Amino acid sequence: MVALVIAEHDNASLKGVTLNTVSAAAQCGGEVHILVAGSGCAAVAEAASKVAGVSKVLVADAAHLADGLAENVAEQILSVCSPYSHILAPASAFGKNVLPRVAARLDVAQISEIIKVNAADTFERPIYAGNAIATVQSADKVKVITVRGTGFDAAASEGGAATVETVSAVADSGKSLFVSRELAKSDRPELTGAKIVVSGGRGMGSGENFKILEPLADKLGAAMGASRAAVDAGYVPNDWQVGQTGKIVAPQLYIAVGISGAIQHLAGMKDSKTIVAINKDPEAPIFSMADYGLVGDLFELVPQLTQQLS
Amino acid sequence: MKILVPVKRVVDYNVKVRVKSDGSGVDIANVKMSTNPFDEIAVEEATRLKEAGKATEIVTVTCGVPQAQETLRAAMAIGADRGILVETGSEIEPLGVAKVLKALVDKEQPQLIILGKQAIDDDSNQTGQMLAALLGWPQATFASKVVLGDDKVTVTREVDGGLETVALSLPAIVTTDLRLNEPRYVTLPNIMKAKKKPMEQIRPEDLGVDVTPRLKTLKVSEPAKRSAGVIVPDVATLLDKLRTEAKII
Repeated sequence: MVALVIAEHDNASLKGVTLNTVSAAAQCGGEVHILVAGSGCAAVAEAASKVAGVSKVLVADAAHLADGLAENVAEQILSVCSPYSHILAPASAFGKNVLPRVAARLDVAQISEIIKVNAADTFERPIYAGNAIATVQSADKVKVITVRGTGFDAAASEGGAATVETVSAVADSGKSLFVSRELAKSDRPELTGAKIVVSGGRGMGSGENFKILEPLADKLGAAMGASRAAVDAGYVPNDWQVGQTGKIVAPQLYIAVGISGAIQHLAGMKDSKTIVAINKDPEAPIFSMADYGLVGDLFELVPQLTQQLS
Repeated sequence: MKILVPVKRVVDYNVKVRVKSDGSGVDIANVKMSTNPFDEIAVEEATRLKEAGKATEIVTVTCGVPQAQETLRAAMAIGADRGILVETGSEIEPLGVAKVLKALVDKEQPQLIILGKQAIDDDSNQTGQMLAALLGWPQATFASKVVLGDDKVTVTREVDGGLETVALSLPAIVTTDLRLNEPRYVTLPNIMKAKKKPMEQIRPEDLGVDVTPRLKTLKVSEPAKRSAGVIVPDVATLLDKLRTEAKII
């Protein structure tokens, strides 16, 4: 049994969620290989070769693999996948986009967003926005799996010594073209990988008011997030959204400010190690989840918290 | 141009589902069922394209129990012209649905297929991508903006950390994200009109498609519960707890 992990990267660096996927792959019981499909991605391949527990890295390097287009990346995976018993990718926008194409072409079911490996053919995955956990067994010859990063510890990024092998790149499908990308620039850690997350909800009152969370996030080295209510109200961009319809996070510390705790938000952060809630309403559902609750005016409490941290 | 919009009947998003005590699944007896919210957005988008003169016909399709006709009627009340119910007794998996849809696409020859990015019951997020692969078509998932031209469609996608734009040659597949549009409120006259629109009923066998599930659900359980913690009186106590109990700062 050998598992193939599809690396998520930006041609310059390996994305952290790949390391969680490697851990899930290792639990499937065999060797772990990584496929790096990109353009000018030698640095990514080198980083992948150092990941603990990985024995081989396959690199496909071509201009039309630069932007992770699903048509081309899926074809690339199909071209190398015959020896593998498991094919895994992170359950990120990238992995979710690409992997079902691979499963369909192999005529196998995909097992989405696993949070646990029970056996080489049996996995646990959340359904109904995490309100239930299904244990599923696959009878397919190849298991095609996306991995929810928060369900698995990251593999060590150093310590491995995998061989790096170049594979020939598949032809460009010619049916899809990458046009542009607008990524929010931030000095803060990425939301899904951050150790501490500070999130604001509708209680913030405006986009302007989110500024009071910034010094707190800066002091803690935290990523910033938001509830869907705050996103829908236009306070902050959609990629800040934590919840069933946004990002799933599980940091060491999650600080929910002015968030009431709708089911859809809780689904995105309930696996955080420690949850702190600050809300003026003592009846807010978020307090039934929080390890530590602080009832009061966030506009007084947040600056106090920031100040007393120093 | 013909647009195909597959839809799914799911437990309403406001319902908090309960896991059955025997662990065989979730209890969906007597709970409110609705159109999957992402699929409603897909129907709305197709309808707007038709209203803008860019599409001529919208065909909606669903796989499921006979009651799923309601979901087709709801799509027709928004703007779909006719419906196809592929009647399947038991639950079918995304791969089975994709195969059924492929057979229908071969018959109907749409130029564009718009689907929801995922159903809020099984949260699979697979059907659109699988259908695209089976057809050999390009795809744009998680769409927040769709611009339809004569021979291509330009789609802005919600990706981790921001937005990405791709251009696809037609025929193509688009899956919707939440911010693509806000579905209209359906009016009573349109609900009445929808009742008169044509609806076809077929079975997967009629299409020569095998929809046998590949995955076996061994068990469905409640997620681990978090218990409520403590309300602290002030910021100083909170920081003290975080330092000494939780040891994270």
